[in-house]
Amino acid sequence: MWKRDESVKPTSQPATTPPTPAVAPSQQQASGPVPQPESRRIERDMVNIGKSVIIKGELAGSEDLTIEGHVEGKIELKDHVLTIGPNGKIKAQVFAKSVIVLGEVNGNVSATEKVDIRDGGSVDGDIISPRVAIAEGAHFRGSVDMQRKGGGQPQQQSSGPQKAPQAAQQQPAAQAQPQPQPAGR
Amino acid sequence: MALTDLFRRKKPEDPDAETGASDAPVHPTKALARFLASLSAHEQPILIDLGPVVGSNVTFFGEQLGCKIFVEDVTKDIDRHVKEGRVAELPAFFSQRFPQADGTVDGILCWDVFDYMDKKGAEALAQQLTRILKPEGALLAFFSTSAPQEGVKPAYTRHVVVDQTNLQHRPYPAARGKQRPLLNRDIQRMFEPLRITEQFLLKTNMREVLFRKPAAA
Repeated sequence: MWKRDESVKPTSQPATTPPTPAVAPSQQQASGPVPQPESRRIERDMVNIGKSVIIKGELAGSEDLTIEGHVEGKIELKDHVLTIGPNGKIKAQVFAKSVIVLGEVNGNVSATEKVDIRDGGSVDGDIISPRVAIAEGAHFRGSVDMQRKGGGQPQQQSSGPQKAPQAAQQQPAAQAQPQPQPAGR
Repeated sequence: MALTDLFRRKKPEDPDAETGASDAPVHPTKALARFLASLSAHEQPILIDLGPVVGSNVTFFGEQLGCKIFVEDVTKDIDRHVKEGRVAELPAFFSQRFPQADGTVDGILCWDVFDYMDKKGAEALAQQLTRILKPEGALLAFFSTSAPQEGVKPAYTRHVVVDQTNLQHRPYPAARGKQRPLLNRDIQRMFEPLRITEQFLLKTNMREVLFRKPAAA
């Protein structure tokens, strides 16, 4: 029981965020005298997975999430921001609207908006996103697939979690196979 | 004096210390624009970058070409072999380094990595790059034309794309310095059957060479 309190904390985790009442965002808006700005509401929707937590399996959600613990398997936050904190270690395929990496990710990362690898962050795997930012001092090994503006949305990869460098290296070969006569063109 | 003032004074020095000076000199490049032009006709090209990871470069090439970029930092491989005293094994290592199938890559950015290898290592790497390059694919490499200076701290150069015609050269520590410059004919032989389509000798004593794989190769 004590472990739950320590590991999974609600929105009041970040030092800058004010304490969050235990009500849904919609209720907050209805009862509050002044409408909250969008950014403040987003902050309040953040959920933190503490650094002592280890999750193996599939993690899906419909709110922004910060991971400081270990996750193995698959993470899906389609319309929300996933932040891998400095202590976070992820060995999983990641799908989110936006991904911010300050910790370690081993696996493919797919975002519909942006992937941001910050200083000290590490990604071993393939990135699919229309916008990618890699800070100097960040570690990255793999491939980056950025669609041109107006191009198709990133698609979920059907295969399970792959070892990143292998996945990165095998990709061109797989893409080349459907082309019957590349030299003839 | 307030404590915050001290931090404010310290801050501008920090980014340069680890990553090479951000105010490093900017040098013109003529071959980069040609390289981009040669790949612009390719539909979602596949690009391999043999230099260190530079986030702004990834963004630049992604936006310019809509490509898929593989970052394969060869300088890390060289450093590891030097530190472990296994430089002689580099040719064998490079012949296994790229598992990509033959003719599957549209463009390769070598920057100046060949300057840090001896001839055998360079030949092994060039052979592999030639193999994985698609027909009509392009390869961009820089070669130094001057002998390495004695007593200079060994350093790699991180080439940061400013725009199509300018590159910022940011130095960062290397396990060993540049080797003897390769001769022109050695470069040509090393990359056969690729053809040199553009060659520029810059004031910085760098030779920018743009190779292209013939369609029939």
